[in-house]
Amino acid sequence: MSLRAALSPLAGRTRGVRLGAWLLLGVVALAVLGPELSPHDYRDTNFDARLLPPGLAGGHLFGTDELGRDLFVRTLTGTRVTLLVALVASLVSLVIGVAWGSIAGYAGGRIDAFMMRAVDALYALPFIFLVILLMVAFERNFFLIFVAIGAINWLDMARIVRGQTLSLKQREFVLAAELLGVRPAAVLWRHVMPNLLGVVVVYLTLTIPQAILVESFLSFLGLGVQEPGTSLGALVNSGVAHMERAPWLLLVPSTLLALVLFCCHFLGDDLRDRLDPRRSGS
Amino acid sequence: MLRFILVRLASAVPTLLLVIAVAFLMVRAAPGGPFDAERVLPPETAANLAAAYHLDEPLPVQFARYLGGVLRGDLGPSYYYRDYEVQELIAAALPVTALLAGLAAAVALVVGLAAGACAALTANSGTDRLVTGLAMTGISVPVFVIAPLMVLAFAVHLGWFPASWTGGGRGERLVLPVIALALPHIAFLARLTRGSLLEVLSADFIRAARAQGLGTWRVLRVHALKPALLPVVSYLGPALASLLTGAVVVEAVFGIPGLGQLFVRSGLNRDYTLVLGIVIFYAALIIVLNLVVDLVYGWLDPRVRAR
Amino acid sequence: MRFRGIRCAALAAILVALAASGCGEAGRPADGAVLDRGLGGEPESLDPHRSRSLQANHVQRDLGEGLTGYSASGELEPRAAARWEISEDGRTYTFHLRPEARWSNGEPVTAADFVYSFRRLVNPETAAFYSQSVIDVENAAAILAGELPPDALGVSAPEPLVLVVRLERPTPYFLALLTHPSMFPVHQASVESGRTYARPGNFVTNGAYKLVRWDPGSLIELERNESYWNAAATAIDRVRWHIAPEPLAELYRYRAGELDITDTVPPEAFAELKAERPHELRVAPYLSVYYYGFNLTRPPFKDNPRLRQALSLAVDREVLADKIVGRGERPAYNWVPPGVDHYEPQVPAWANLSREERHARARAAYAAAGYGPDAPAKVEIRYNTSDTHQRIALAVQSMWRDVLGVETTLVNEEFQVLLSNMRAKEVTQVFRSSWSGDYNDAHTFLHVMTSDAASNMTGYANPVFDSLLQRAATETDPERRRDYMQQAEHVLLDDYPVIPLYFFVSKHLVNPDLEGWEDNVLDYHYSQHLRFAR
Repeated sequence: MSLRAALSPLAGRTRGVRLGAWLLLGVVALAVLGPELSPHDYRDTNFDARLLPPGLAGGHLFGTDELGRDLFVRTLTGTRVTLLVALVASLVSLVIGVAWGSIAGYAGGRIDAFMMRAVDALYALPFIFLVILLMVAFERNFFLIFVAIGAINWLDMARIVRGQTLSLKQREFVLAAELLGVRPAAVLWRHVMPNLLGVVVVYLTLTIPQAILVESFLSFLGLGVQEPGTSLGALVNSGVAHMERAPWLLLVPSTLLALVLFCCHFLGDDLRDRLDPRRSGS
Repeated sequence: MLRFILVRLASAVPTLLLVIAVAFLMVRAAPGGPFDAERVLPPETAANLAAAYHLDEPLPVQFARYLGGVLRGDLGPSYYYRDYEVQELIAAALPVTALLAGLAAAVALVVGLAAGACAALTANSGTDRLVTGLAMTGISVPVFVIAPLMVLAFAVHLGWFPASWTGGGRGERLVLPVIALALPHIAFLARLTRGSLLEVLSADFIRAARAQGLGTWRVLRVHALKPALLPVVSYLGPALASLLTGAVVVEAVFGIPGLGQLFVRSGLNRDYTLVLGIVIFYAALIIVLNLVVDLVYGWLDPRVRAR
Repeated sequence: MRFRGIRCAALAAILVALAASGCGEAGRPADGAVLDRGLGGEPESLDPHRSRSLQANHVQRDLGEGLTGYSASGELEPRAAARWEISEDGRTYTFHLRPEARWSNGEPVTAADFVYSFRRLVNPETAAFYSQSVIDVENAAAILAGELPPDALGVSAPEPLVLVVRLERPTPYFLALLTHPSMFPVHQASVESGRTYARPGNFVTNGAYKLVRWDPGSLIELERNESYWNAAATAIDRVRWHIAPEPLAELYRYRAGELDITDTVPPEAFAELKAERPHELRVAPYLSVYYYGFNLTRPPFKDNPRLRQALSLAVDREVLADKIVGRGERPAYNWVPPGVDHYEPQVPAWANLSREERHARARAAYAAAGYGPDAPAKVEIRYNTSDTHQRIALAVQSMWRDVLGVETTLVNEEFQVLLSNMRAKEVTQVFRSSWSGDYNDAHTFLHVMTSDAASNMTGYANPVFDSLLQRAATETDPERRRDYMQQAEHVLLDDYPVIPLYFFVSKHLVNPDLEGWEDNVLDYHYSQHLRFAR
């Protein structure tokens, strides 16, 4: 599947799919541009304007939090962070997973067996708990969050990529390249990898929501992104405490979070449909 | 089959050793120790504590000592709970988490499969849309939002169920936590079942069976169910992991003395032995469960078994 | 399709069954003699010699009893000891134990029990966290260092009900020290039985209650000690301590009727609770100070009192206390909290300046230290993870930026990490910490700033301060002792080794049907003083 096919949901056949794709794009655009458009900075505290409900009063469209910070800006800034974490974490797991899986699948034999046995072994490590240990041990580091989350997810990616590589290995163009004497590394890079793109993109739509939820779980434990920075997960967590008195503090970030997750799943479904030729009839 | 199981169990040993080693190093690499607090201990007391818990020995010696203990089945004393052994704490917390997770999994399976089948069989109708919509919501709202919301609504305001583990009888205190834990999985399973059932129902061999005049129920039960369950079974592996994280949250919100909470607290308390004990336990559990999943997969899909 | 109907009906049936199975009132025994209290964390042990957390102390105060204790209103009163005499030189205490005092198994509490217990406390092998409690007793320091055997401790029992304690030097706050759980007696036979002492079934105690159950992570249950000498005045039959580390969850439990007393109140709910449940919300000053400490052993704060002064003056403590924390905390300008027995807090003069004047002074000091808008100071604040700490750090950061132009970075660390950094004194600059008093005397606050105090995280070392405190420690005349301590605090504050921010308050939600709860500065609320009004 080519990149064009991957982007096709934007012009998707069903209205629902198109809505999902454009919505996601809209959220991303809002997250990138929104904070610049607002006169408030996400760090600005204002003790005289705390816990304001949403409205047009004082220019706080979504209201303010308990330190008087504008919720609109904070939510969008948080969205940026969440999307960034999810994307980078997914890319980390992608890089490791694709490399591991494709090498294992292509090399075959002993190497394949060893590499996949290692994957099986690593599966047994209770990763979430090791992530917690990592975060606790090494002083909450923004960079480390990506690495930690990426380190959880690459196993599944590796397995899927290996499976795909195994079947690609038998294809004519690969056999032809080998016969022509192209080095294995080059075959891998130029012929196998591009054809993995489809599977990879589809899988990304699964790992991104996973990464987002892991980051919010870390925030729940107090180990996620630290102040004054924020993320959707962190905002939702602190919003829960204000559920009854200032519900907007929960509703706004939760809605955005749900929206992002929703769109990712929806698009993932659609992309998976396209990938599977059997489904095109139904 | 037996050989398969034995081989898998045998290869679990090096895995476990790797797990123990990694966890041991990580916990010890963290700054701070089990006896550190704002009130600094007098040096003699600190020295005595270190000696009593062998913390003054070189790291490899400590590791060897610990490993020796594990092989004898002794997971050591808890460094934080000075009157308890690690085994006791795990043995006390395990049934609670097992009950919680087990019930949640059962509920998720039953309700999720039923809902998914419902939706698949009435494809594109109002029911289908409703189920699909609810399912999408279920996976989009994190459990640490749902759980407190449930406590607020059903325990505090309506008073139907206890707000915590110690607030009520044995049956009623399970309801809210189990539902909170199961919800995202119900949603996911519903979607999964719906998708896979739809796929199977449109397959050739199903059409053939229908063309032969077999009733829907029979078609479903005899031909469609097994292959439709395949993706569900392969979901069970990652589901376990997220059941774990969900359990940590639910245990925190409801004050349930389970393994998830025990682990998080032991990490923060630098309770080395307890952390390691739980890690070992979970690793063993995951290995066994993966084995079970693979066996079930084999039973469901004859093609896999042939391999 | 009939098929669809069956499936969907099954689904519905399952949900209904689930709901029905759980219907009913949230279970709490209607028996009014059961007290459900929230505990904000789990005790590491209930053995008085193996614990140190505040949570452990709360439960231990229900289980055990020392020679002295506090009344409901916070007055020192006799407990296991009926009366005592103090020698002229202030170094010998003779305690006459209550003849009717009993252990939970019916045996009498004797002086020998106390001798055994103090020896166990000071014995290096016990490795007790609070072995320092007995440090003033003769030979205690030497025993702790391993130079003398525990038998050499200056305690003796010349008669079964007479306990004699000899101190190294007159220690005016010794009677207050005796109220701390580490000074409670332990039952020798149970300790030496070979079984773990502080577990249900083996934990013989001498207080109003005995331990019947401990479910780790969940619940500690106590039952009335029928043999307790004052059992007749104890109204509550059972005390259940529920482990509730999340304040919000604890609040929900209280609102659902599952708890009678909460350990704390979540900050977000404070304003609303004050408005809606004013009689249930109990807020009282507490012997604890929240402060930012300077690392005085390294730049930029080493030998730089002006910069420290500037940073201290620039902080608007009223805003912090009212708006950021906002649960009744009091702004702190000095080190020793108000309400301490027999002591006048040394509030500095600049605390009464107007905001503008204070800011002007801050800027002047800042300039005198060699900084300005073109040469701003770069400072790091370290704090451990918590919503409140974050908010305060953010507020202080913006205050320093607005008033002085200081560039502050915030570093959030996990608690243990912060602790080891504080102790090492290598990377810390400004760190967040707090200090609580162990007993109701100014000494417990001032001594932590002496140059050789292990818990002195700032590295403050002022010989004048040290000597004033020394003199206070050995002074028998209470007036002169107070003067020395007040002078010492004055010296301390002039050096600005710390920025006191606010004094804690204790906050609890208390069931309005409960009587006998009195606010006191130590936040000691013994269950035996409480009763349900029915």
